[in-house]
Amino acid sequence: MMHQDTLLYLDGVNVSFDGFRALNALSLYLEKGEMRAVIGPNGAGKTTMMDVITGKTRPDTGRVVFGNNTDLTKLDEPAIAALGIGRKFQKPTVFEPHTVWDNILLALAGDRRPRFTLWARQTGEERDRIEDILKTTRLAEHRNRRAGDLSHGQKQWLEIGMLLAQEPQLLLVDEPVAGMTDAETEQTAELLREINRTRSVVVVEHDMAFVRALGVKVTVLHEGSVLSEGSIDHVSDDPRVIEVYLGR
Amino acid sequence: MSRVSLNLCLLGVMGGAVLLAIGNLMMPEGSAYHVPTYAVSLAGKYLCYAMLAVAVDLVWGFAGILSLGHAAFFALGGYAMGMYLMRQIGTRGVYGNAILPDFMVFLNYKELPWYWHGFDNPAFAILMVVVIPGVLALIFGWLAFRSRVSGVYLSIITQALTYALLLAFFRNDMGLGGNNGLTDFKDMFGIPLQADSTRCGLLVASAIFLALALLVARYVVTSRFGKVLIAVRDTESRTRFLGYRPEAYKLFVFVLSAVMAGIGGALYVPQIGIINPGEFSPANSIESVIWVAVGGRGTLVGAVLGAVLVNFGKTIFTGVLPELWLFALGALFILVTLLLPGGILGLLNRQARRAKPAKAAEAAP
Repeated sequence: MMHQDTLLYLDGVNVSFDGFRALNALSLYLEKGEMRAVIGPNGAGKTTMMDVITGKTRPDTGRVVFGNNTDLTKLDEPAIAALGIGRKFQKPTVFEPHTVWDNILLALAGDRRPRFTLWARQTGEERDRIEDILKTTRLAEHRNRRAGDLSHGQKQWLEIGMLLAQEPQLLLVDEPVAGMTDAETEQTAELLREINRTRSVVVVEHDMAFVRALGVKVTVLHEGSVLSEGSIDHVSDDPRVIEVYLGR
Repeated sequence: MSRVSLNLCLLGVMGGAVLLAIGNLMMPEGSAYHVPTYAVSLAGKYLCYAMLAVAVDLVWGFAGILSLGHAAFFALGGYAMGMYLMRQIGTRGVYGNAILPDFMVFLNYKELPWYWHGFDNPAFAILMVVVIPGVLALIFGWLAFRSRVSGVYLSIITQALTYALLLAFFRNDMGLGGNNGLTDFKDMFGIPLQADSTRCGLLVASAIFLALALLVARYVVTSRFGKVLIAVRDTESRTRFLGYRPEAYKLFVFVLSAVMAGIGGALYVPQIGIINPGEFSPANSIESVIWVAVGGRGTLVGAVLGAVLVNFGKTIFTGVLPELWLFALGALFILVTLLLPGGILGLLNRQARRAKPAKAAEAAP
């Protein structure tokens, strides 16, 4: 079943917290270059799945394989980030006292060790990359503003910009359009599609209109395992999905 | 703004120390400009406390590590210097023993304990001033940060650390003078400690080391390292997902801060003339946190300002109403926390910001 161009492979992952099964033998494949939407009701295990992939939570059993043969369950957060997995949180988390520019600077792929950052000087190459990202995320005029002073939508974009700066192979995005206006939602969909041209993306989202607009393969989670998978039309016609979402 | 205020602070510290030294050494006694020697030593003491405050601000203001045991590093640096000064006494002690300090003769020590060896050498003693607090901070920090202990829990164990050291140093078999500590120093690097010129030299040395500490701290907090550190302070988990290891950043700054505190303690001891286990008392560490809070956390300059002002107040207050000082200090802390969350420096910065647009408006028409 596992083929050459699988980027991420979750195999029978179980996680329980004090007897509550957050993930129940969850198995999932993601192809290289794919964008996948993950939906599911509250408590379906969407965020726990992200936690497992990024090393925040260690699964009780099961394997999480990234790329050719790296077992992510053996690594911690910084090591997984260094492998090229970026994560955007549900609530925008940027470094509030720093400027927009510095936020992206800190996210740029590069040496993360204190002995490097202590002496690091900004290079022309770094400046060019930051300029590029500011353009992509439409934040160029805000470069010198404190990140804490940005609007909610701008913070979301800044965080996406920081993810881009990390140059990850895989981006995990948790509810990127929560609290956004319709126009901002549309721009975000466009931004994600643009990012997906060079990277794989997993989007967790509640907003069905947004998922439809993305037009990608959808995985529906329920009680910690995959309930249904396929196009948005396929899953929204699936009687089990309808039952879970509308109740019995 | 903060760059300007730091330069002003450096100027104030250096200029103030030099002026006091000139006033003491050059002005004839009886002149209005004469500075008594006790005032020189008092000012030197304030500057040593200011170094401890800068060290506390570095970890608390910029890395969010609220250490309630930082005076332990200050005291360890002080003990290392005290051991050197004890060995310098030589045969001039009460018992006239060339090798053993008085308290060891009194306690029937037959020979110098192994950890006292080398302290007759000033270079070795100075090295220990840096190494002992640094290594303790390294071991403590490595254990604490690696297990992701933070917040209140970390504060509590730093407090426990200094309390444990307090109890250990009180014991006579620790070989460090028990509750009397180390005292009766005669000279330092062969120069008599009681001489006015030595006192002035120590004051100026304290000013120089405080200035160096401020410059190093400023370099660290404005570097890319410092930006990561502030990010760790506010959103530690986010920095992990960006690939940073917060524990490495905290450990570096914690050790640097402990070394600064140790140097402060080493300069403090010859000016005060004694080091005893009381310096490890948790209240001292808490006081140093109050200085920083009063001056303005996360500003470096505020730490210096807070340490000097609060200690000046303490000198005055304990002269007039000694029994009420702790109440006054507690009240000050509560008032600053409630009314001046940014400390004195935060207030000054706010005033400056308010004045600026007003001036711009005046200039406009």
